[in-house]
Order: sequence, then structure tokens, then C-alpha cells
Amino acid sequence: MSTSSSLGKGKPYFQDTVARLKSYWAERGCIIQEPYDLEVGAGTMAPETFLRVLGPKEYRVAYVQPSRRPADGRYGENPNRLYKHQQLQVILKPSPADVIDQYLGSLKAIGIDLAKHDIKFEEDNWESPTLGAWGIGWQVMLDGMEITQFTYFQQCGGIDLDLVPAELTYGLERLVKFLQNVESVYDIEWAPGFTYRQVRFADELQFSVYNFEMADVPTLWKLFELHEAEGHRLLKLGSLPLPAYDETLKCSHLFNLLDSRGAISVTERVGVIGRVRKLAVGVAQIWNEREQAEAVTA
Amino acid sequence: MSGLPFYLEIGSEEIPDWMIVPALNHLQDSFQSCLDGSQVGGRVTRVGATPRRLVLQAEGLRESQEDSTEVVMGPPKSAGEGALRGFAKKTGATVDQLQTETTAKGEYWKFTRAVPGRNTADLLSEALPGLILGIPWPKTMYWTGKNGPRWIRPIRWLVALLGDDVVPFEIAGVRSGRESQGHRMLGVKGVIVSADERRAKIEREIDGLIAGKDLRVKPDPDLLHTLVYITEFPTPILGSFEEQYLKLPREVLTTVMRHHQKYFSVENAATGELAPHFIAVMNTDADPDGLVRQGNEGVLRGRFNDARFFWEVDQKKTLADRLPDLAHVTFQAKVGSYLEKTHRVVALVKELGGNEHAQRAALLAKCDLTTDMVKEFTDLQGIVGGLYAKEQGEPKPVSRAIYEHYKPLSMEDSIPSTPEGRILALADKLDTLRECFRVGLMPSGSRDPFALRRAAQGVIRILVEGNIELPFAETGELREFLIDRIRYYFREVRGFRYDEVNAVLASGIRDLPDVAARLEALHQVRPTADFEPLAASFKRIANILKQANFSNGGPVDASLLEPGPEHDLFKDFDRVRQNAKTSDYLPALEAIATLRPAVDRFFDKVLVNAPDDRIRRNRLTLLSNLLTEFSAIADFSEIVPSST
Repeated sequence: MSTSSSLGKGKPYFQDTVARLKSYWAERGCIIQEPYDLEVGAGTMAPETFLRVLGPKEYRVAYVQPSRRPADGRYGENPNRLYKHQQLQVILKPSPADVIDQYLGSLKAIGIDLAKHDIKFEEDNWESPTLGAWGIGWQVMLDGMEITQFTYFQQCGGIDLDLVPAELTYGLERLVKFLQNVESVYDIEWAPGFTYRQVRFADELQFSVYNFEMADVPTLWKLFELHEAEGHRLLKLGSLPLPAYDETLKCSHLFNLLDSRGAISVTERVGVIGRVRKLAVGVAQIWNEREQAEAVTA
Repeated sequence: MSGLPFYLEIGSEEIPDWMIVPALNHLQDSFQSCLDGSQVGGRVTRVGATPRRLVLQAEGLRESQEDSTEVVMGPPKSAGEGALRGFAKKTGATVDQLQTETTAKGEYWKFTRAVPGRNTADLLSEALPGLILGIPWPKTMYWTGKNGPRWIRPIRWLVALLGDDVVPFEIAGVRSGRESQGHRMLGVKGVIVSADERRAKIEREIDGLIAGKDLRVKPDPDLLHTLVYITEFPTPILGSFEEQYLKLPREVLTTVMRHHQKYFSVENAATGELAPHFIAVMNTDADPDGLVRQGNEGVLRGRFNDARFFWEVDQKKTLADRLPDLAHVTFQAKVGSYLEKTHRVVALVKELGGNEHAQRAALLAKCDLTTDMVKEFTDLQGIVGGLYAKEQGEPKPVSRAIYEHYKPLSMEDSIPSTPEGRILALADKLDTLRECFRVGLMPSGSRDPFALRRAAQGVIRILVEGNIELPFAETGELREFLIDRIRYYFREVRGFRYDEVNAVLASGIRDLPDVAARLEALHQVRPTADFEPLAASFKRIANILKQANFSNGGPVDASLLEPGPEHDLFKDFDRVRQNAKTSDYLPALEAIATLRPAVDRFFDKVLVNAPDDRIRRNRLTLLSNLLTEFSAIADFSEIVPSST
């Protein structure tokens, strides 16, 4: 096995692509953050996005966010579907006028010769009822494959955003599958001598079994209620939105688990989403008020 | 054309394809109104658009408005020297520039002021921001900050030239200038502004790609429209996939290609069978190394693999075994789950006389909602259920009924092809309507989130076109809603005149095939000579009875009838009553039309309001019986004469 940092002409390892994207956005003034250390369904749910987009302060950040979607698990059998995939999330707040050019530059930076490919921006407006958040944007298609979700955030936690952030979400597995020209995500070469299968297959298999078959429903409900109660207790204090948000994320993930276990009935479903949103909106309000106040005193 | 040319280009980030044409039309109209309203001449000669720009050209604009005058009326001449000076001062004129005018109230001072025409450039500078921001988009965003302007996507450049000069204005920090931007990759030469040219390029090059290959591309105008407006420089390419995927159902393959990848499917020209090829349209000029083709082929292979995986996994659990899972699938939050809906629909199918196959199909119809295939390809609901039912050995009438039970999906779509499918589709839609109305989810204005209008249209078409004589027994608001859709169907879809529809519906609705038959007969008899005059007489009869407040429908006392026109009408009435006693509506209506001479003579010669009350009441009874007897097919008094 080669020990060079590249598989050959134009074929970087998984970790090379991640590193190149990070350094590209670092050069454009982004903080390079590490993944948030709780279970989230998408990079948007990490506080570096959900909270930082609120309020009048500028912010620029990029990070990889492993994103867990229990219902998407396929026991490691499907070449495209994963229980946990990795997103590279970029927030540019406010969005610069040349944001699309910057984005296209990032594709060049990871070795895509745009002159030889077909790029299209197709309407796709992102929305998360659980977070009370939505935006306007596109899915970016490269030779017919969606590689990025591009969103101008408009509202978060039910609050209109002061500055309009651009959110770029790169689907890393898809992007690298394309760059390495492999059929299955498990054939991606993560690093010299290590495939995606070696790194992640056990994860996919075990969590598929757990999420679909073994997760104990009464325990999950109990946990949901404990985290929800703790979240509301923290919201009442009014000064600890970050810990309260952790409880929100816990509830959101538990909801997803219960859902993949088929444990949420028709009548419950809308109600449970509403309970999580209530926490999210409460957190967003406290955070936003603090940001607004700080901007005034600053 | 003399005068100045004008060029406007609004540069934007990618606008959703389906919004572009209405926006461009609106811009064209509002700009032309602006020219007309400002009286600077000129007309819009060309518009064009791509996802990144709306372009408008006009010609023949004047440099400025024409000079004009404005008359300012002053004090009466009798008001004296002081008032005159005051008026002169106010208008900025000298006294000798003032004139007098004699009005009805006396002689007054006036001043005729010259108003110089304003520069067209100035007028446009003021008007353009409002015109551009006034384009009504279905969904807008802000991008410069919370209180910034709203548009469909961020505006990134503006070109506005009157002759050679920039018309200056600013929107969201972007100043108008003379420089456009090119295609994101190809630069200025990579933009075809005309949608017609882009469409022609796609069509021409597709023909080139399949020439001599015994292939044909299924025409798909909607997809073509999308591709025309999602590209600035469209270039089609021909890709292939492995023949093994042709084992998957054609419906699945074409849905993946059409809806997920925006590809045209390709057929074998001789057999019409799906060929292992597709046509993708790039937004660039060429694919010299085949990378774009390979990329698209790889994506399609992945999607087909997914579909095959879904198919295999889904077969592990039959549709019948999935029934209990429907308890977890919401039909509508206030109404309940799809399991509950299924039980209602099965009962309704039974009630409607559906056979065992129809009932079985009703039981399984919604089970595909729990399959991975439908979760992924939601457009295939029903179709997937039908395919799986067939695969799992359900009888053909069952699988066919499931397959087609969402039909008709549009006005153009056909109704289900089998009796079982029709009963199931009917029951499913009727249940949706009844339940949504029961919990208060009626459509209002343009809001119809549960597509109840479409469901109602489906119900009506299945009943009429499927010739199902189901008694029309709905009540309350749903009845009114359905009658409204019935009117719409017969007028807009079937092309009957509104008064014909009114006349037939006023006679009641037994069932919809009956309504259709009565309308058809009425429509045919209408052009005959006697019909409309007779209809006018019926209207007269209705008015007479209304004025007399008469509703007694007892028998006519023949002994009280005057010989002549009155007795003749009574005899004719009896004769026609015999002839009109047929369920064949056309001869019946033709027979009724023969009443005309007798009715005309009656009104000519006979005084309904006879002095003798017994005779008067008997005449009213005759007319009342006539009206009641012959209004069963249509209420002729609703007919509005076509020539008066």
C-alpha cells in the first residue's frame, strides 16, 4: 500500500479531502472547529450553527459533524446509505457577495476541475420543523450527483435572523466516493492502508441492530422525559442556554431512536416533535436576547 | 424605429426554473406600463431569461417627456390689485405674464406655466428599483440583513443602458452599470439568453445523439421546460446503464431517471421497450473526456442499486403482513392513521358493491406506504403496491386495482381501467373528502393542502366516465363543494354552457351518469327551433306561479276547461306526457318541445287570471302540472336564450 498522501492523480484519501476543505475555509477567515460531542442528526444542529446564526454578531466557522440518523441505517449492506455520515459544515455570517465563487473555489481546492464537469444549482429550500428553522437555497449537483446543500438561513428557533448566514453542507462520503471513483462508500480509502469499511463498518452494523431491534423503548421514553425536564429546568434559570441546548439535542436524538424503533404512534408524533421544538425555541430566545444585549453594550 | 434603445439585465444567483417565465412576463408588462405611464414612448421588443438573469430590451424611447403646460387658476378679477400681486408672487410670475379667463362664476386670473419634460433616464432611475423588487415571486428571501430587500435569490449585478448611457440606480448595494457576467464556467460566450434557442439546441442535439441508433426519446415537455430554464448553455449527452437493471420495473427506472436525475428515458424505436440509455442535459458546452457522462452513469447506477436493494428488502414482508404497520402512518393528524382509513375504505368498497377482488385491493392499497421503495420514491405510491401485489401472487384484478387507485392524477390522466380499480379509487377519494370535511379541513381560496379539489374531480370523473350510477347522497358542505366541482367539470372540462348545467342541476341530481345523459340530451335539443321559445314560456309559467304564490299540484278539472286553446293545451299535455315517459332523454325532450304551439296559443288567447276563482285556480293547476311534469330532465326556466 502506498504511503503517499494521495492515491494518485486527482484521487485523494478521505482525510485529505477533509483536510483540504478545512484549510481552504481557514484561509477564508473561518474558525476550524471540532465536531460537537453529542449525537446530532445534522451539522446544522451543532450549536456552532444553531446558536451562532442568531443575533447581530459576525461569525465564520467550519467543522466536520458526524451526523446520526438511526432510521437511515442499513446494517452496512447498502453502498450509499449510512446510519452515521459525515458532513463538513461551513457557516459564513453574514454571507459574502461572492459566496458562490468561494464555494466553487473550494471544489477546485479538492481537485475537481470544474471546466471538465457539469455544475448545477437546483432549488432546494431547507427546513427543520424540530428546530423552527428554515432557509432558501439549492442542492448543488455535480455531474448529476448532489454534493452540497447550500442555504441562506432566514429563520432559526422561530426568530428572524439579523445577518443572513450562508450555510454550506458538504456530504463528505459522496464527495469522496466521486473523487475516488468507487461504487460503494465502504470502498473509500480513508487513509493509506485503511478503507472506510475498516473504520466504520462495525459501527453501521451494530447501531443498525440496536436502533431497529434492540433499543429498549421504555428506557428511551424515560430518558426522553428526564432530558426534557432537565431542559425546561435550565430554561427557567434563563442564564444557561448552552446546557439547555444539550438537553434539547438529547431529546431530538431520542426521538429519532424511538422513531426508528417504530415506537411513536400517529397521535404522539406531532406532539413529540412539538415538545422538542419547544425546548429549541426556548433556547434560541434566551441565546438571541443575550446576543442582542451584548451587541448593544459592546 | 427612431429613438433610443433600452437594455436591462438583472443578474441573480440561480432562480428556480419554474418561476422564471411568470416573472419575466410580469417584468415585461410592468415595464411597458411604466413607459406608457411616463409618456416617454418606446415598447418592449425582446425579453429573455436564464437561471441567472432576466433580460429586457425596448426600443424607441424618447430622451425625455415632451414639454407641457399647466394652468394655475388665481383670484377673481374683482378681488383687486392686492390679490393679483399675491397670486403673481405665489406662482413666481410677473403680472404681465398672467391672463384672465371667464368662467361661469365670473372673470378670474390664471397663469399658464411651462412644464419641461423630465429626462427618461431620471424617470427610469426612479422607477426601476420598484419594478424589479415588485416582481411577485412565490417565495422570497432576504440576504443583506433582516430589513433588507426581498427577492427570489440575491441580486448580484444590474445592467441598465439607455442608448449608450447607464441608467443609474441601486438595489441592495448593487449599482447598475454596463457590465454583465458570463456563464459560471464558460464566460460571456456561454450564455444563450433566448429560451427558444436553448430549447432548439437541446432538441437538435438529442436528435444527433440518437441518430442511426434505432432509439427514440419519449417526448416530455415538462422536463424539457425544466432543463431549458436550469441551464444557460445546455448540451445533452447520451449515457448508458447495464442491461441487468432493465429487470427492475420500468416505472421505477423512469421515475429515477425523470424525477431524481432529470434525465430523458430512451426507448427502443422498434419495440417501444426501455433501452439501457438515458439523456442528461449539461449546463456546459462539452464533455471531452467523458467525465460528466461517467459521473452521471455512476450516480444512476447507485440509484438503481438502491432501488434494487429496496425491492429485495421489501419482498421480505408481504403487503398483507404490512397492514398492522399502517397504524403508525398518519393519514391526517385530526383524522387518524392509514390503518383506520383502510378499514373505512374496505367498508365503503363493500357498500358500493365492490367484489371480493375490489375489497382485497382496498385492504392492501395503502400497505406500500411502509415500503422502502415508496419512502424513497413517493411518486410511485400505488404503482409499487400494484407491482408488489403481482409479485406476491395476488390475483390480477387485485394488483391492477392497487396499481391504478390514485388515478386520475390530473385532468389529462385517465381513470382506472378496471371496475375494481374504479370502485377502489372512488372509495379512497370519497373517504378522503368525507373525513377532511368532517374535521373541518375544507379548501379555501387557493389553499387546498389535501388536494381535495383533485380528489373531488377524480370522484366525478370516475362516476361519469366509469358510468357508475351511485346515488348522489352527500350532505352539507361536502354536497355544496361537490356540486361546485360538478359544475366546473361539466362546464370547463366537458364544455357545456353554464345555463344548460344550471338547468339540469336545478332538476336535481340522482346520480352523475344521469346528469351527464340529461345534459347531453338538453345540449342536442337546444338548437332545434321550438326549444328556446318553449324554454322562455316555461320561465313565464314559473313566474306566473310564483306571483300567484301557487303550489297546489292537484289534478286538473277537465270540466272547467274552456274549449279552444286551453283544452288543446290540456290534451297536448296528456299526449306529450305519454311520449316523454321514457328514460331516453333526447326523444323525451324532443316530445316536450312539440308543446310549443299549444303553449304559445294558450298564452295568446287565454287569460290565466280569470275573474272566476275556480277557473283561475284550475288554469294555474294546469300550468303547475305542466311545469312539474316536464322539469324532471331540466329546469327550462334556467335556460338563457342564445339569441335575443
